[in-house]
Amino acid sequence: MVEVESRTPVTDESGRCVDELLINVGPSHPSTHGVCRLIARLDGEVVTEVEPVIGYLHRGLEKIAENRTYLQIVPLTDRLDYVGSMYANWAYCRAVERLAGIRVPEHAEYLRVITCELQRIASHMMSLGSTGADTGAGTVFIYAFDVRDRIVDLFEDLCGARLTYSYVRPGGVSRDLPEGWADKCREALAYTRTYVDKMDKLFFGNSIARGRLKGIGVLDPELAVAWGATGPTARASGVDWDLRRDDPYSVYPRFDFDIPLGSNGDIYDRGRVRIFECYESCRIVEQALEQLEPGPIRAEGLPRLLRPRPGDAYDHIESARGSLGVYLVSDGSPKPWRFKVRSPTFSNLSLVRVLGVGHTIADLPLILGSLDPVFGEVDR
Amino acid sequence: MPFLGGVIFGLAAVLLICLVSTVNIWWERKIAGRVHLRYGPQTTGPLGLMQPLADMLKLLFKEDITPAASDRMVFRMAPLLVFAPVAMSMVVIPFALGWTALDSSVGILFFLAVPSLSVLGILLGGWSSRNSYATIGGIRGAAQMISYEVPRSLSILAVVIVAGSIRPSQVLEAWQWWWIPLLAIAFVVFIIASIAETNRAPFDLAEAESELVAGYITDYSGFRMAVFVLTEYGGILTTALFASAVFFGAGFRLGGLVGAIALVATAFVLMSFILWVGWVFPRPRADQLMSFCWKVLTPMALVQLVIVGVVVPWLR
Repeated sequence: MVEVESRTPVTDESGRCVDELLINVGPSHPSTHGVCRLIARLDGEVVTEVEPVIGYLHRGLEKIAENRTYLQIVPLTDRLDYVGSMYANWAYCRAVERLAGIRVPEHAEYLRVITCELQRIASHMMSLGSTGADTGAGTVFIYAFDVRDRIVDLFEDLCGARLTYSYVRPGGVSRDLPEGWADKCREALAYTRTYVDKMDKLFFGNSIARGRLKGIGVLDPELAVAWGATGPTARASGVDWDLRRDDPYSVYPRFDFDIPLGSNGDIYDRGRVRIFECYESCRIVEQALEQLEPGPIRAEGLPRLLRPRPGDAYDHIESARGSLGVYLVSDGSPKPWRFKVRSPTFSNLSLVRVLGVGHTIADLPLILGSLDPVFGEVDR
Repeated sequence: MPFLGGVIFGLAAVLLICLVSTVNIWWERKIAGRVHLRYGPQTTGPLGLMQPLADMLKLLFKEDITPAASDRMVFRMAPLLVFAPVAMSMVVIPFALGWTALDSSVGILFFLAVPSLSVLGILLGGWSSRNSYATIGGIRGAAQMISYEVPRSLSILAVVIVAGSIRPSQVLEAWQWWWIPLLAIAFVVFIIASIAETNRAPFDLAEAESELVAGYITDYSGFRMAVFVLTEYGGILTTALFASAVFFGAGFRLGGLVGAIALVATAFVLMSFILWVGWVFPRPRADQLMSFCWKVLTPMALVQLVIVGVVVPWLR
């Protein structure tokens, strides 16, 4: 249960109430970024204590997965991080492939990289857009969603879904690129570059926005490491850690890309790191489209029903929010004995109790938003 | 029959505010559409013009909820307390030479003093809702509106010094083209302070959606909420009309109906600017808003006063 309970009113000698105000932000509030509840204790407008309450989106996915075959779990992983379904698909499939010893064809790996890097842009657009909306700059939100929409259109052409793709499957991907998709993708990338740049100038170049974002919610690198923060949240504090480079997987070593780092660890840096990551993702997708060669999209000789030998496997990838890990234990049956997700947002979200304190109530949604939580993944 | 005339003008002013606000909502949504790379309302009536009417109609049919914990009488009175002063301020606006409903000898003072009474409605509305968000919103609104009163009044004071009168018609008569460069700072201060004064975005901290749900109007529904929205647009309207009259002297040279049309056209441009600003800029924090008021706007207005004080005697 929640430890924050209301105290008896504190009064000064004249009997005037000088108590702090206990307010409940969420679970239904315009800017909780999902169904998160924050209990905040306010001294005037300054937050003195904040406690995130999670669990409003708990669906028991990890337990449900124990009663599903390995292929049936893929749609469940879509529902983890519903802003970036590709990542959970991929992380899960990598764990299954490791467990069952499946070798993925190169063409499929390229498709996975292309879709996941596009997904990174789409996901960051959601985060940046909501940072804009939190400061009242609705235009930034619309710009961001315009870009996101173009990428989601590409995904729709590719796999028919706009949100829950189930595109990455154990052993490969569900479909090959349709005719003319690569050209559409290049167009979308050009559009993304233009509009991300416009957003950057419109929002991060604005002095009101700088005043709102700089120096707010500062995360020390030591604290970031201690609390298990990963992804842009940690990189904005200068923690140079990206699984794409530091624990290379798939075909990432073949691409030339940089890992943007921040220095101050405030909301501004977290936003800017996401902006720069969008550019880097554009670069990776362009290189991948260049190197792409036709080939099989699925591993040869996959059985209808996967029955991995007893054992366990863990694999992680760099999602838009940090390192997303999946742990699978097999007992030799067609269903996993245990399915566990290490979600980056769960660790990142816990930081809100540290970062939120000392700032005003107006900064609280911004700080929460800058950690980019997706509650499908936090609650599972 | 000054009483009957007053009643007729009052009704006319309220109707005008309602009508212009309705059109204004449509216009704002069109501007927002342009800024947002989309179309805005399109399907309700020609060019979507009927959209605000449909919205208003919907609000009229909504249930009028008074929260059980609220202070019922104050809660119900607050929208009127907000709306009435803004409607009242219409009375002193000089539409053209001789086209002022009440050409009072303290007209400009009246315009500055009366609309700021609506701060009472905002404070009471937020307070009486017995809701944390509404209370914070109401208190923020009160602090913000009272603070921005200072630079707003100081900027108008510069106009008064140049004109040598606080009777609106005399200000219009005295207007010369060189007022525009001379009073440029005052104009900028007045527009910025007025945006804060009318609680418009980006200074809409009292109803900041992202942190306070809807601020002081969180618990209002139906037509009571609509009255708050109308007041906001009414505030922009009166501000734009007043600013075009005293800063640009629109309508002075032309006089009569043509002058009034010129004034409304100038006011329309100003109004569009105020609406545009709301959709482009992010919202500052409450303390940043306050320090901007006291550390930037107020000194700017004072500098303007000094300039005017030096230049005007020399010109005379």
